[in-house]
Amino acid sequence: MPGPGAGTGREAGPVLALRHAAKAFGAVQALVDGSIELYPGEAHALVGENGAGKSTMVKILAGVHQPDAGELLVDGAPVTLHGPAAAQAAGIAVIYQEPTLFPDLTVAENMFIRRQPLRSGRRIDGRAMRAAAAAIFARLGVPLDPARIARGLSIADQQVVEIGKALSLDARVIVMDEPTAALSAAEVDRLFAVIRALREHGAAVLFISHRLEEIFATCQRVTVMRDGRQVLSREVAGLAAADLVRAMVGRELAERPAGAHGTPGEPLLAVRRLTREGVFTDISLTVRAGEIVALAGLVGSGRSEVARAIFGIDRYDAGSVTVRGRALRRGSPTGAMAAGVGFVPEDRRQQGLIMDMSVQRNVALASLRRLRRAGLIRSSAERRLAADWAARLKIKYGRLGDPVSMLSGGNQQKVVLAKWLGRRPAVLIVDEPTRGIDVATKAEVHQLLLRLARDGVGVLMISSELPEVLRVSDRILVMREGRLAAEFRHADASEEEIMAAATGQAAGPPGALAGQAVP
Amino acid sequence: MSATVTPQRERPPAPAGTGARKLTERAFRIRESGIIAVLAVFVAVTAAIQSRFLDITNIQFVLVNTTVFALLALGETLVVISRNYDLSVGSVLGLSAYLSASLFGQHHGIPIPVAFLTGLGIGLACGVANGVMVSAGRVPSLVVTLATLYIIRGIDILIVGGKEVVANSLPAAYTAIPRSTVLGVPDVAIAVAIVVGLGAYCLRSFRSGRELYAIGSNPDAARLAGIPIGRRVFAAFAASGAIAGVAGVLWAAQYGTVDSTAGTGYELQVVSAVVVGGVAIFGGSGSAVGAALGALLLNTISSALYVLGISPFWDQAIWGFLLILAISLDRLISVRLTAALRLRGARHG
Repeated sequence: MPGPGAGTGREAGPVLALRHAAKAFGAVQALVDGSIELYPGEAHALVGENGAGKSTMVKILAGVHQPDAGELLVDGAPVTLHGPAAAQAAGIAVIYQEPTLFPDLTVAENMFIRRQPLRSGRRIDGRAMRAAAAAIFARLGVPLDPARIARGLSIADQQVVEIGKALSLDARVIVMDEPTAALSAAEVDRLFAVIRALREHGAAVLFISHRLEEIFATCQRVTVMRDGRQVLSREVAGLAAADLVRAMVGRELAERPAGAHGTPGEPLLAVRRLTREGVFTDISLTVRAGEIVALAGLVGSGRSEVARAIFGIDRYDAGSVTVRGRALRRGSPTGAMAAGVGFVPEDRRQQGLIMDMSVQRNVALASLRRLRRAGLIRSSAERRLAADWAARLKIKYGRLGDPVSMLSGGNQQKVVLAKWLGRRPAVLIVDEPTRGIDVATKAEVHQLLLRLARDGVGVLMISSELPEVLRVSDRILVMREGRLAAEFRHADASEEEIMAAATGQAAGPPGALAGQAVP
Repeated sequence: MSATVTPQRERPPAPAGTGARKLTERAFRIRESGIIAVLAVFVAVTAAIQSRFLDITNIQFVLVNTTVFALLALGETLVVISRNYDLSVGSVLGLSAYLSASLFGQHHGIPIPVAFLTGLGIGLACGVANGVMVSAGRVPSLVVTLATLYIIRGIDILIVGGKEVVANSLPAAYTAIPRSTVLGVPDVAIAVAIVVGLGAYCLRSFRSGRELYAIGSNPDAARLAGIPIGRRVFAAFAASGAIAGVAGVLWAAQYGTVDSTAGTGYELQVVSAVVVGGVAIFGGSGSAVGAALGALLLNTISSALYVLGISPFWDQAIWGFLLILAISLDRLISVRLTAALRLRGARHG
């Protein structure tokens, strides 16, 4: 097997280089100083925490975004990619986590759409097209039938079709944006074999993954991004996983609020051995009165899915959920609500709010039963409820009758919280409660969660932001690939340890830590 | 940590012409062979009860009646494959039928091809209007063609008023078209069969045809792939309109008497013929041949009920039942197919 940078790669210089790229979206500086160099025949890993600027860099390489500053060089010559088509023409192909194929067309047609080989009379030469597709699959070592329709292909196979399409376009740079997140272990192995085949044919591969062991298994170079900057770029050989974790987290540890937490009371929410096949396995956790439990882990580790199953939105295959000793019926959000559970979903625009409805109606939505008299909703009671909670949460709005879409992100999030607090829940599940809201409002939301806990509410919080997790929670459960990987007390957790557990680089054997998951 | 990848176990060489492929081919054939089977059952049962049904004149009658619907079904297939609908075809047919037939009364001695060209032009104009509103105006086609269904019918009524074209004002050569046969097969049936076959071949064998399927199969992916969606959908509507225009001229030759109600309600019959013929209602798959067979089935059922002396009420009820059957079958096949393909994928993986 050829070593790192086999063949001509290094001497010939980078096939693609991004130098000191910056990109801002409105007030948010998504990328401050992004640099990366891709060499032929090399797999290059791009890692960093959520929000470190990886996606922005990928989108710049894909021609989706144009950088505000910095330069992009293809074969050493500066280029401007005005769109995805320009990137494609420059030999850059991007494989997304879940490709979009034409389900009714054959695999070969999916690869060659708009470029089908022709025979006389501009008719499609189906045989030549299938042969070309088969040749590419043979090159990749993947036995995929070019003549079958794409409907029903596994995600792994869909990615292979996309990679095949990239090769048929003579792509020299193949960017894979978290390709392994939705794959099984066997499929990951096959993808690695495909990556190796790509490298051997002189392609440069940019590989994005949260799983550090995959980087060590398949990549020759690694670039670490943090807070929009490149903080490390070097050969993988000689690096330890701990070095990468340190580079990814890097920042000063967040200060911890002193003594905000009381002693937890009786167990409110008890989840026992909850399993949904292929999504999460054997999840057991307890949330006590007055306690904030954080569910940490990487995006895609199954945190949100667990929350949705607890609240009854998604089904589960095994296990039980009890609230104050009473078992919840599976798949029944109504039952969960009646038992005193509130759920603030991750995506407030799609799932938490009805954007065209007024602030007042949105706040009242979860409390309609209480606001009824003789089957009709009393609009005066609705207004009182909304005004009361808007004042308590300091929601900034014009009029209660304004559509909630007119509010800022932070205030929208407060409306979702108000909606559930209006029901006075015993247990509140919040999924990414501060995503996309400004720092000041974020602090207010944190204060609110702490206040709720002091009032005896049990809070289960899902968050990808480690400082937030460390600031507000009493206990931290870390999920990795659908399982609980570790548990930390507020007092003895550090960002490095949580990150290590989430990426599978735990110091001790993971099994030992997992055993602590249920106190 | 271990930095090695488990080596890939040796795989057998990729199976050639594998089962999955045969499976898909069979499923597509099933769709058409299903209609043929239903058709055969109807013909057999009806003929067993009333042998008059298989008289050459009756068969010719059914075939000629089918030609208009088969043409409309071809146009509709182009549109439905791209995940759109053309509800204006009945009105286009009516307008074209009246205007082209009334030419003969106004200008004596006009050659028959001129009537066909007139119908084609009228239909094309209507189709272009639909296409512009759907592609450039980005209005859902259901709404656009529902509107043009009424607008074109309204124009028709304004022009026709209480008048009608009667058969004896038409040249004999024109009204003879549907009756002319070769070896007992009506000429028009042969012509339409060729046109439908050609249409199906083009859809299958040209890039633009495959792109229509791609658009219907996954519009987002089509955009990403750089398919000119607007242009393709526009062309489908223009073609559907033009074909409906030609069908109108044929309709007038067949019935002789044309008033402002010609073709009323055809749009739903055509859409349902297309669906029964195995074209997926949300686009992406199906063939023009299947759609034409759907039209043939529709006319065979009407004729069978007539021959058997059953109330025409049953005509619609049976048709509705077949529609539900076709859609259930479609679901069943696609669910089974997906499951079977998954299984195969798993075995490969």
